[in-house]
Amino acid sequence: MNRGGAFHPLVELTLARLREIFREPEALFWAFIFPILMSVAMAVAFPSSGSAPVPVGIRQVEGAEALRTTLAASNALAPRLVPAADEGRALRDGEVDLVIVPGTPPTYRFDPARAESRAARLVLDDVLKRAAGRSDPWTAVEEHVSVPGSRYVDWLLPGLVGMGIIGTSVWGIAFSIVQARMRKLLKRMVASPMRRSHYLLAQVLARLLFLLPEVGVPLLFGHYVIGMPLRGSLVAVAVVALVGALSCGGLALLIASRTKTFEAISGLVNLILLPMWIGSGVFFSAARFPAVLQPFVQALPLTAIVDALRAIILEGASLASPQVVRELGILAAWGIIPFVIALKIFRWR
Amino acid sequence: MTQVATDIAFQCIGLHKRYGDVVAVDGLSLSVRRGECFGLLGPNGAGKTTTIEILEGLLVPDAGDVEVLGLRWGSHEHELRQRLGIQLQETQLADKLTVEETLRLFRSFYHRGREVAELLQLVELESKRTSWVSKLSGGQKQRLSVASALAGAPDLLFLDEPTTGLDPQSRRQLWGILQRFRADGGTILLTTHYMDEAEVLCDRVAIVDKGKVIALDTPKALIATLGQPRVITHHGTLEDVFMSLTGRLLREE
Repeated sequence: MNRGGAFHPLVELTLARLREIFREPEALFWAFIFPILMSVAMAVAFPSSGSAPVPVGIRQVEGAEALRTTLAASNALAPRLVPAADEGRALRDGEVDLVIVPGTPPTYRFDPARAESRAARLVLDDVLKRAAGRSDPWTAVEEHVSVPGSRYVDWLLPGLVGMGIIGTSVWGIAFSIVQARMRKLLKRMVASPMRRSHYLLAQVLARLLFLLPEVGVPLLFGHYVIGMPLRGSLVAVAVVALVGALSCGGLALLIASRTKTFEAISGLVNLILLPMWIGSGVFFSAARFPAVLQPFVQALPLTAIVDALRAIILEGASLASPQVVRELGILAAWGIIPFVIALKIFRWR
Repeated sequence: MTQVATDIAFQCIGLHKRYGDVVAVDGLSLSVRRGECFGLLGPNGAGKTTTIEILEGLLVPDAGDVEVLGLRWGSHEHELRQRLGIQLQETQLADKLTVEETLRLFRSFYHRGREVAELLQLVELESKRTSWVSKLSGGQKQRLSVASALAGAPDLLFLDEPTTGLDPQSRRQLWGILQRFRADGGTILLTTHYMDEAEVLCDRVAIVDKGKVIALDTPKALIATLGQPRVITHHGTLEDVFMSLTGRLLREE
């Protein structure tokens, strides 16, 4: 076929979209720089080894300085003086887990509903009583083991990666389509012999190229710098990321299929993404939702991505494991059904 | 080819199109021969764009019959799209693609046609080959838009107000491109509200007002119908023809 030196239309359409993205500095920031910044922030917030001393506040009254010296001698505690007026805020913000008021006996001020505060109370009480000369009947042998994968950061990182996959897919594709519609470019395209499915497919294909940095950077950073385990295969991770991105691409096409303004598409994207950030177990386990909500929560595409990634990365699940197969099935449904509907109802004018 | 050899490039009979209460096209009929340059002339809102978009297969008329290159939109859309060149009024091509990339993209959709380099030469944009579309002047953008319509070596070219908003030099440059397309045997339908454009380019002109054809002839014959200029001292123009037919100025908005 004579195409006058041009490639197949699907290739040209994908190239055109890639060029547009690469020539947009903001898009590059979100795709390449943001995952790195996020990973660095994670590394700083969750150092890979050593237990951080417990921050405790000492009310600034007589005897406070002496108490501080006593407490500072134990490396389990990070004591600091807190003015009485500032106590409430320091506790609320988690700056200190507990405030001690010097005296005989001292007073511990803390919220028993906070796990950190309860732990701080035990550590502090122990240190103070030993300093006061308590003699213990025996001292247990402590065996320190580090279990990579059990820390919050190990659990959080795959969630953040999943969030990135869905975010870039939905924002990138939906906005580019609405922009082309606003510029009457869609109408011009369908006035040519271009196949409509080629156009839509190219949007999704171009987006896939961004998966590599977006998924690769945080995962490798997490593994090598933060010490997150990588128990499953990278191939399995790549397959989940690919299927996840394709699936979210279908969703993006659907919400952009008739939208005519940036305001409307922003609203739609947020309407889809925000509930998933909360409901899909990115920051806390989706298992916390009551049983009646579980069918909905488990059916969300982001839940499927995040659960599959965690199973592979943290538990070493393979692509053939029943859970991963089920999540991929959910994602395939989310990809195909919206894509077919989008193709039917898409407004090209 | 399914159609018998015919002299007709396209025709439409009794087109009607309404948007809510507004009648955009009201029983419009046209028949244009191959090799002809035909102009639809009229003020904004006369129904020119609606008419041309029906002929382009982008709008479906409420009533009426359309035949383009002996084919119908309902049954031969893909073949027709391969053989038509279409330039729309408001299209903004992608800002961050270069001129060459834009043409490559459009060229890839067609089974036949010129090399991209030839297209660039044809519309005098070789020197802008690697420029982003956003950096082009209005005239250059419009030439690129026409080049993208010419990418598939069309038999028939539809142009909706191709020179609106361009400076005189850019307009003449674009006219030159269209005249060369015709010299190679192409057929053109264009809409315009510039009289001089219609006089320079068109073999025949239909004056459209309120969705109807109110006059149809060669520009010369239309001007001749005016007879002796009344108060006007210069010789007649199509502007005067429109005035005498409707009592209104063509471009009053």
